[in-house]
Amino acid sequence: MSLMHASSPHTRATTSTGRVMGWVLLATLPGMLTATYYFGWGVLLNVLLAAMLGIMLEAGVLRLRQRPLGMALRDNSALVTGVLLGVSLPPLVPWWLILVGMVAAIVVAKHLFGGLGQNPFNPAMVGYALLLIAFPVEMTQWAAPHGLFGQEAVSPGEALRHLLGLASPTDAMTGATPLDAFKHKGEMILASEFWASDPLPSGTLGAWNNVALAWLVGGGILFVKRIITWHIPVSLLGTLTLMATVLYAIDPSHFASPLFHLLGGAAIFGAFFIATDPVSAATSRRGKLWYGAGIGLLIMVIRPTGAYPDAVAFAVLLMNFAVPFIDYYTQPRTYGHARANRGIKVRQLDSDEETS
Amino acid sequence: MSQFNELTRNGLWSNNPALVQLLGLCPLLAVTSTVVNALGLGLATLLVMIGANVSVSLIRHHVPASVRLPAFVMIIAAFVTCAELLMQAYTFRLYQILGIFIPLIVTNCAILGRADAFAAKNPLLPAATDGLMMGLGFAAVLVVLGAVRELFGQGTLFAGMELLLGPGAANWQVTVFADYSFLFLVLPPGAFFATGLLIATKNVIDDRLERRRHRQQATPTKENRRVRVTGIIR
Repeated sequence: MSLMHASSPHTRATTSTGRVMGWVLLATLPGMLTATYYFGWGVLLNVLLAAMLGIMLEAGVLRLRQRPLGMALRDNSALVTGVLLGVSLPPLVPWWLILVGMVAAIVVAKHLFGGLGQNPFNPAMVGYALLLIAFPVEMTQWAAPHGLFGQEAVSPGEALRHLLGLASPTDAMTGATPLDAFKHKGEMILASEFWASDPLPSGTLGAWNNVALAWLVGGGILFVKRIITWHIPVSLLGTLTLMATVLYAIDPSHFASPLFHLLGGAAIFGAFFIATDPVSAATSRRGKLWYGAGIGLLIMVIRPTGAYPDAVAFAVLLMNFAVPFIDYYTQPRTYGHARANRGIKVRQLDSDEETS
Repeated sequence: MSQFNELTRNGLWSNNPALVQLLGLCPLLAVTSTVVNALGLGLATLLVMIGANVSVSLIRHHVPASVRLPAFVMIIAAFVTCAELLMQAYTFRLYQILGIFIPLIVTNCAILGRADAFAAKNPLLPAATDGLMMGLGFAAVLVVLGAVRELFGQGTLFAGMELLLGPGAANWQVTVFADYSFLFLVLPPGAFFATGLLIATKNVIDDRLERRRHRQQATPTKENRRVRVTGIIR
């Protein structure tokens, strides 16, 4: 169908899935490199292995499903899933953990539901949630921020040995994440006492804040290149900040400050890179606002009350459940048509029906 | 004899209560973390199913249709109480592990479903056979699921069989993977995944058989698709 008669020499931009995913990959670089700078070579190794496994598993499943390999591999989506899962995992995990996570992400969450474009859940977050439930010990040992080259830094060879499962992290190499530490401070300790007791390896909080800011830079790239719209990140972070402010205002001695909730965990990364997944997120603009707000709300419900320290993965997966519902109620009005009549239909009892 | 064959095939495979009718999923998902739990509950369900089918078939001409469901539930509850007391007497520790899921056999819709759909319309012998085969089919799925989850969840097989089969079975435990734990499969989400994969496996096998049959005979067979079941029943 060709309704457009274009005569002038218009410029044509080619947008393909491969290009979009390529920009997403590029936009992960600031966050990924900052995380590597603070938490060591393990981050980079995780990402490399996860991305490699992503491509291999994608090719394997496509073969099993008897689908053409070339186009699906060139769209870079498996690579993005791998990178996103890779940066979410703690540095210095063994290889089999990444393998299990990637199988869950690519084989189960993506291809069992029909491949790219059909998956109701964010594949990387399915992999992450499964790993968190299955291997809570490995998944909550985050590397201490020793940097790349310092005295206590883990050398590349040492990081590789950890990845191959030949060594397991010692206490000096790991520490809790800020959210984890704050969660387990206990009911009896006030927040001020908790921070005064110096609960984390030195520099942890600063490292997390800077990594979060680097993700914000990456998110800015996505926004400028129009890969994502502002709706989901803004409504997500806005709801999160609002909720955190209210809780903090009610009881500052037991709830963390809004700034801590924004920068201390994966909120910014999740808002720009996870929640904006075009397949599993809501479609319309109004729907995106509701979707983002739901994730922000759930994060602030799960973080203080749930069993696991961070909540981005669970919040995103729960809102993925709600996406068909949101899309149904937020379908935009088409020009020339009345707004879609949604919801429970209350039958009008008029005279016609009473007689019939 | 042909009716016996058909009942057997339906119960164990083509109309399996767990894999095709998707009935009784609550105990299926809840207790199948090990083989011994699955076998214990499977045997109890089998016993109740045979008893319920036999009794319902015997009284089928004397119960008015309007009150048949309460009557069936009473019969099932009586048999469940028997099973519960038996387990309490002879396998007390397993009884404690299975806990609430033994009394909950009353609400297993596979049992009520067979009583209402089959036993209430058929004479004693077919009803008893149907109960036996449906119960065996349900128990078989429980045990397979228990084995898969135990093997890939904690790396063992037949751990703790002495709880059900007496002290003679104490050394039955086979440790396949030492020092291994995949907590996901032990927890309830793993039960959903494993059940889904089992259903998918059954459908793949059915599909293969169907294709083979298709190659051998050209005329399509009449099929009878019902709502809310997996697979096609002939």
